[in-house]
Amino acid sequence: MLSFLFVALAPGDYFEEMRLNPQISQATVAAMRSKYGLDQPLPKRYFRWMQSVLRGELGFSFSYDTPVRPLLVARAKNTLLLTATAALLSWLVAIPLGVWSSSRKAKWLDRVLTLGTTTLLAIPDLMLALVLLLIALRTGWFPTGGLHDIRFSRLNAWGKVEDTVAHIFLPVMCLVLGSLPILFRHIRSALVEVLDSPFIRSARGHGIPEGRVLFLYALPAAANPLISLFGFSVGTLLSASLLVEVLMSWPGIGPLLVEAILARDIYLVIGAVMFSTLFLVGGNLLADLLLYLADPRIRME
Amino acid sequence: MIRDHKLWLILAVLASAHLIVLWAHFFAPYDFASQERAIPFAPPSRLHFVDPEGHFHMRPFVYLWEPRPGTETLGAYVEDHSQAFPLRFFVRGARYKIAGIFDSSWHLFGVEEPARIYLAGSDDYGRDQFSRLLYGGQISLFSGLMAAGVSLALGLVLGALAGFYGGLVDDVVMRCAELFLALPWLYLLFAVRAFLPLHIPPTQAFLMLVLVIGMVGWARPARLIRGVLLSAKERNYVLAARGFGASDFYLLRRHVLPEAYGLLLTQAALLAPQYILAEVTLSFLGLGVGEPVPSWGNMLASLQKYYVLTSYWWMFVPGLALVSVFLLYYQLCKVLQEQVKLVRF
Repeated sequence: MLSFLFVALAPGDYFEEMRLNPQISQATVAAMRSKYGLDQPLPKRYFRWMQSVLRGELGFSFSYDTPVRPLLVARAKNTLLLTATAALLSWLVAIPLGVWSSSRKAKWLDRVLTLGTTTLLAIPDLMLALVLLLIALRTGWFPTGGLHDIRFSRLNAWGKVEDTVAHIFLPVMCLVLGSLPILFRHIRSALVEVLDSPFIRSARGHGIPEGRVLFLYALPAAANPLISLFGFSVGTLLSASLLVEVLMSWPGIGPLLVEAILARDIYLVIGAVMFSTLFLVGGNLLADLLLYLADPRIRME
Repeated sequence: MIRDHKLWLILAVLASAHLIVLWAHFFAPYDFASQERAIPFAPPSRLHFVDPEGHFHMRPFVYLWEPRPGTETLGAYVEDHSQAFPLRFFVRGARYKIAGIFDSSWHLFGVEEPARIYLAGSDDYGRDQFSRLLYGGQISLFSGLMAAGVSLALGLVLGALAGFYGGLVDDVVMRCAELFLALPWLYLLFAVRAFLPLHIPPTQAFLMLVLVIGMVGWARPARLIRGVLLSAKERNYVLAARGFGASDFYLLRRHVLPEAYGLLLTQAALLAPQYILAEVTLSFLGLGVGEPVPSWGNMLASLQKYYVLTSYWWMFVPGLALVSVFLLYYQLCKVLQEQVKLVRF
């Protein structure tokens, strides 16, 4: 828990260092600079920025001419929707696959799954996204960009859900395929270890059905490292979604960040990174809570 | 010494890929910037052995690509069968410099003008994709390797300081490492990139990429090395050597650091592909090396246009190269991990 407190405090210090970089004000014209207060000395600007952060505005975006926060909040919702769906789906797929594979260790099914995930591991998200885009464009099965259809506001409630699902399918698919191999491998190795232990052998000896043994006996025993993995995987998922969002023009934080870097919109960049850290901290907090719920030993302390 | 044929095989393939890329001047038939505006998006040249009359030739030949008559679409070409251009080896072509000193114009292969040989098609300016792939490899492969070197060097120094001396140094270094690990790493990379100038010459861009990528990723190796050193410095022979009056530096060099060599090797094999991907991602988004200098990232960038993505499959070639390099590195990593457990360095 201490490390979480530390992480929550970290961005402030980190960006302080960043703000000392003299490159910040080079790109903007002199008039604009004075308008946004960029011609003022660094400590003063830093002070103003901190004030704005404390007010909850997180600074001012030059290219959008508004405070940073509303911009980011609108985008962050989409990123959250995308990554949360992807995380949920990839775990829902990875757990049964991992359990199945570990229960048939070294049989052909296990070999096929292991080989498949190893190959998938070597294909970077970038290529995965491009190939999926290609398939979508060639077949026309899925819309290839954006969050909603143009007619979105005129659809009824069910139509809205349907439209969102159709749009989210491609990026989610890409993220799931990208994160699946690592999850699968960890789940498999954790379960293989547990399945060797005496209490599983005794459970099997008592004639308890195999499915029950796997999911009610072995999986909870292997849950601890997997829950820590969940916290860890949030970070990878966020990094992957940054790229996928840009490629599939999903209106999340990713495209905004790239745009902001190209436009030298410094406060927006800082804000975007802050938000991503917030997500990561949130994910880790969730993992800790899950660990607390899952492991009686931790609850005792 | 490691006796494992698989390891040496993988290393040999990887090394030859790097060498070919390093000598791109010689292996590539054209300069990376030489354009043929008349034929954008020309498909890969077909190597023929049999001419229209049905005669067989030992030496393969190519035909000129001509725009298909009556069509306006880009990339619709037919072969002009009136004249054949045989493939020649060790030909004179564009001039280049070896190591910046010796002038040369020898190329491994080529065809006579006005025909052009495109082993992997051409891009929107009619530039040879194959030549660009080789030149781009110089940037992509070596930035990954060198950035891994930077990360490991930083990780080794800081990890060794933290693990060996402990106390305040340990606290400070490890808090910093946690800070770096706390942020999603691509976001962190982008953030650092955001504070550097956007448009810079290629050489500087390359060095900047190496430094930025390498420095953003120092935390993980540093933590691992610290962990190894923490257990290594408590070993009896280290304590004994200290008892005999060995200096800190001697202990580190002679007794403690050798324990971390295996870890360093596996980390290098793990980090290099990651960093290659980082370079490719940055260049893909226009934050890395800029045109006309190729990198695998900015070559793939043209796929962001949907008509390129759907029409010209040869624009995926850098991606295929990327995936095969990744597969090699992962295999290397796997073999190394098995070996390091067995062998004491």
